[in-house]
Amino acid sequence: MASDKVTTFTDGNFDTNVLQATTPVLVDFWAEWCGPCRALGPTIDALAEANEGRVSVGKLNVDENPAITMKYMVRGIPTVILFKGGEIVEQIVGLADQAEFQKKLDKYL
Amino acid sequence: MATRTRDVTVIGSGPAGLTAALYSARANLKPLVIEGLEAGGQLMLTTAVENFPGFTDGIMGPDLMAAMRGQAERFGAEIVRGNVTSVDLSARPFVIVAGDDRIETQTLIIATGASAKLLGLPSERALMGHGVSTCATCDGFFFRGKPIAVVGGGDSALEEAIFLTRFASTVTVVHRRDAFRASKIMQDKALANSKISVEWDSEVVEMLDPTHGAVTGIVLRNLKTGAEKTLAVDGIFVAIGHTPNTTLFGDSLETDGTGYLVTHDGSRTSIDGVFACGDVQDHVYRQAITAAGSGCMAALDAERFLEAQGH
Repeated sequence: MASDKVTTFTDGNFDTNVLQATTPVLVDFWAEWCGPCRALGPTIDALAEANEGRVSVGKLNVDENPAITMKYMVRGIPTVILFKGGEIVEQIVGLADQAEFQKKLDKYL
Repeated sequence: MATRTRDVTVIGSGPAGLTAALYSARANLKPLVIEGLEAGGQLMLTTAVENFPGFTDGIMGPDLMAAMRGQAERFGAEIVRGNVTSVDLSARPFVIVAGDDRIETQTLIIATGASAKLLGLPSERALMGHGVSTCATCDGFFFRGKPIAVVGGGDSALEEAIFLTRFASTVTVVHRRDAFRASKIMQDKALANSKISVEWDSEVVEMLDPTHGAVTGIVLRNLKTGAEKTLAVDGIFVAIGHTPNTTLFGDSLETDGTGYLVTHDGSRTSIDGVFACGDVQDHVYRQAITAAGSGCMAALDAERFLEAQGH
């Protein structure tokens, strides 16, 4: 069961919820049919719990949100991008463990 | 750091690891399975598995792995997420460290599998996730109506090429030699596909264009003539084989010339009490069913080893 701390980002809310956010925002580009994406799910949930109030953590479904997927030229998933002040500051392609994500996050907190 | 003690610990959670766990659990050995980042193994990256016995109509790879996991758990296998950071095999009990867990185990079953090899170009690394991929089933979707290249000449390269014709406008297979290593049936299928063409005797010089942030092309050199050319492609799938995941064990276990763990008398490795199964010790068959079979062997071998030790 996905954590309720994980936001759903879309083509429609991306500008408001990600680019104009005051905190860093971690965006997990994923799809239902992607096995590794599902494997990453619990890690994303745990990151949302662990960083509540400091980092906004959410998922963007690439099937349903082609505009943002194209804009950031995401052509492989899972891809996790960290935004700060509307800019890309970090990205991780493929699987990584929670500690590795946290290390990247900590640089921007 | 919490320490747990176990009779049997399994590293890896593909068909080999989960079958080893199932058999150990049914022998009442309460195995601990440490599933790595790539939990479920390579089958998590496949779609339909048509050759696993018992599934008349095939089964999706991730569904098969979920079923294997559930079956092992039903008999008492404990499965934990975690990335093993160190393994000490110098004395029994062996000591495994995974995150905040320290595990002392009488026997170890290694089922860490194999990972896709990369070419090693800086441009390949820079463009990973932005057009360079090792997983056709994950990323084929992004190349609907686009030209792509597949690098490799074995069964898995041609299988990926054929799969990718569902999405791509054209698929160019780039191969270093003048003939494929793939099976005859796979070659016939690939070469008969009107979307697939082949660049023979060619190696990849560069992937374009990291400054653009996405794949725009691939530079090839013909190994016979030395001539270079650039193909405009939007995606590059690298399928040049696999490398066994043995880094954790350093040189403490005997490996063959290509890095695979050497097993003898079933699943025994060069250290008593350490057993290996699945792709980490098999570069020949590499099937879900052979991995599962070898996982069963490792569990039975570990069980007999423990009995002989008076456990």
